[in-house]
Amino acid sequence: MNLLEVDNLRVNFRTPDGFVTAVNDLNFTLGQGETLGIVGESGSGKSQTAFALMGLLAKNGIIGGQARFKGQDILSLSDKQMNRIRSKEIAMIFQDPMTSLNPYMKVGKQLIEVLMLHKGMSKVDAFEEAVKMLDAVKMPEARKRMNMYPHEFSGGMRQRVMIAMALLCQPKLLIADEPTTALDVTVQAQILTLLNELKNDFNTSIIMITHDLGVVAGLCDKVLVMYAGQTMEYGSTEDVFYQPTHPYTRGLLQAIPRLDSEGDILTTIPGNPPNLLNLPSGCPFHSRCEFAEERCVKEAPTLEEYQVGKLRACHKSADWGVAS
Amino acid sequence: MFTFISKRILEAIPTLLVLITISFFLMHAAPGSPFSSERALPAEVLANINAKYHLDEPVINQYFYYLGGLLQGDLGPSFRYKDFTINELIAQSFPVSAEIGIWSFLVALILGVGCGIIAALRQNSWIDYSVMAFANLGIVLPNFVLAPLCILFFSIYNHWLPPGGWNGGAWPYLIMPVIAMSTSYIAQIARITRGSMIETMHSNFIRTAHAKGLPKHRIIFQHALRPTMLPVISYLGPAFVGIVTGSVIVDVYFGTGGIGQHFINGALNRDYSMVMGVTILVGTLTILFNAVVDILYAVIDPKIRY
Repeated sequence: MNLLEVDNLRVNFRTPDGFVTAVNDLNFTLGQGETLGIVGESGSGKSQTAFALMGLLAKNGIIGGQARFKGQDILSLSDKQMNRIRSKEIAMIFQDPMTSLNPYMKVGKQLIEVLMLHKGMSKVDAFEEAVKMLDAVKMPEARKRMNMYPHEFSGGMRQRVMIAMALLCQPKLLIADEPTTALDVTVQAQILTLLNELKNDFNTSIIMITHDLGVVAGLCDKVLVMYAGQTMEYGSTEDVFYQPTHPYTRGLLQAIPRLDSEGDILTTIPGNPPNLLNLPSGCPFHSRCEFAEERCVKEAPTLEEYQVGKLRACHKSADWGVAS
Repeated sequence: MFTFISKRILEAIPTLLVLITISFFLMHAAPGSPFSSERALPAEVLANINAKYHLDEPVINQYFYYLGGLLQGDLGPSFRYKDFTINELIAQSFPVSAEIGIWSFLVALILGVGCGIIAALRQNSWIDYSVMAFANLGIVLPNFVLAPLCILFFSIYNHWLPPGGWNGGAWPYLIMPVIAMSTSYIAQIARITRGSMIETMHSNFIRTAHAKGLPKHRIIFQHALRPTMLPVISYLGPAFVGIVTGSVIVDVYFGTGGIGQHFINGALNRDYSMVMGVTILVGTLTILFNAVVDILYAVIDPKIRY
C-alpha cells in the first residue's frame, strides 16, 4: 500500500472577486521512502496543495477529493484529529525560515514542546532528544543553541532548526514547501544534502515543492508538473527530465540558465501564468504554448496515462517530445 | 538592565527640570494672579500678601525660591487653600485617585485584553461585531455623560449604590467611579488587542505552531499572546498615568475628593504651586511608566536588550 494516495484533490477559495480554483483535480501517490517533486511557477497551486494536506488552508478555502494517508482520508478529519497527525506523522517545512520560527521563544522550547506534546516526554528527556536532533541536522554547538532565540541564528541555521523540528517525531511524511528558496546558493546546497541524508537515515517520504528543477533532479524519484492548479505531466524524474512530452515541461527545462552555453540569450516561456479567477478556455497553457492548435483553445486535454506510470495532459501526441 | 535603569533615572532629572522651568514661566507669563479676584483687596493687604508669597520680586527670583523648596521636597504652600501645603493636598487626594485608578486599570486591562482576544479569534462573527460595537460606544461616550447615567441607574432608579462620596474607599463607593473611569480604556485596549491579535495569528510562526499539531489554546497563550501584547503595552504606559492621576469628571460627579479636581481648579485659581505640583507629579509618573514600558518590552521581546 502506498503511504499517501491523493485522489482528485481540489482547493477552492471563495474571494470577494469570485470563486478561485487553486488546485484542480490533483492525483498522485507516494510510497514509503519515496520523494515526489511538485514543480511549477508561482501561483500554480503547489503550496496550496501542501497546506491542504496539512489542514492549514486559509479560512475561506474549500477542499474537495480525498487524501488517504495510511488508508485514512486526512482531508475529512477534524482539527483535533488532525493535530494528532501533524508533526507526528506528517511534518512540514516552510518557505521562509526567517519568519517561521517564533521570535519570542527560545529555540529549545520550540523543539521541546513538540516532543512533550506528541511523545509525552518529560522536559529533561525532550531536551536531550532535541539536542540529538539538532546534532543530526549538523547544528554546531547544539546544546548551547537550545537556549538561544531565533534572531541569533542565520537563515540557513534557522532552516536547520525547522528541519530538526519537523523530524523530531520521525514522521512518515515530510512536506517541504520551497525549503531553499529564501537561502543563498551555498546554503541551499547544504540543506539539500542534509535532506537527502535524512531521507535515507529515517526512511521518510518527502513531498518537495519547488520551482527549482535542479532541486528535483537531485532529490526526487517522481515529479509532478503543475500549471494553473492542474497536472501537466507526472512521472519518474528520469522520464520527465529526459523525455519531457509536455510543451510546458519542455519550456521549463529549456529555461534553466546554463553556464556552458556562454553568450546565449536565456530561453523563457513567453507570457504570464493565467489569472485563476478567469481561466482561459481549453488548455490553460494554450496562450503561451508555441504548439497550440485550434483544438487546444476549445477543449481541455485530459490527464492520460500514455505509458505505465507516465501521465500527461496535452493534445499533442506523446511521441512528439521523444522525437525532437 | 541595571545600567539601563540607572541611566533612565539620570535622564529623568534634566527632563523634569526642563518641564518645571517651562511650566513655571508659562504660568507666570499668563495675565492675572492668585489674588486678583473680583473683590479688589485694599492695596496694603495685597502688598502684604504679595510680599509673603514673594510675588513682588522678579519672576526669576521666585523660580529659584521654588527650586530651592523643591530640592527639599517642598512643593510650597497653596495660594488658594490657606493653611494647606501642596504636599498635604496631594497626599490627601492622590491616594484616592490612585485607588480608583488602579482598580480601573486592572478592570480595563483584564476586560480589554480578554474582549480583544475573543473578538480576534472570532473575527467577523457576531461576537466580534458586538465587542467592536461596544468598544466604539465606549470611545465616543464621554465620561461626563456616562457618570450621570451611572448615578441615575445605580442610585436614583435602583438605590443599589451611594451616588457619591468616598468613605475611605469602601467598595460601594468605588464601583461607579471605576465604571466611569475604565469604560473608554476598556474600549481602547480591546481595539488594540484585537488588531494586534489578528495580525499575530496571521504570521508565519503561528502557521508553524499549527503545523506542529499544537492545540489551539496552547497556540494562543504560548505563541501568540506575547507578540499581541507589545502594542498594548506601549499604550498602557501613558494610559496608566492618565488613569491614576484621576479625572475631574469623576471627582466632580461622585465627590470622591481625588486629585483630578486640582488640575482644573489650580489653573482657574492661578494657584501657581498647585499647578506646578500636579505637573511635576504627572511628569514624574510619565517618565517612570515609560521606563516601565521599556523594561516590559525587553522582558517580552528577546530582540530588545539594554
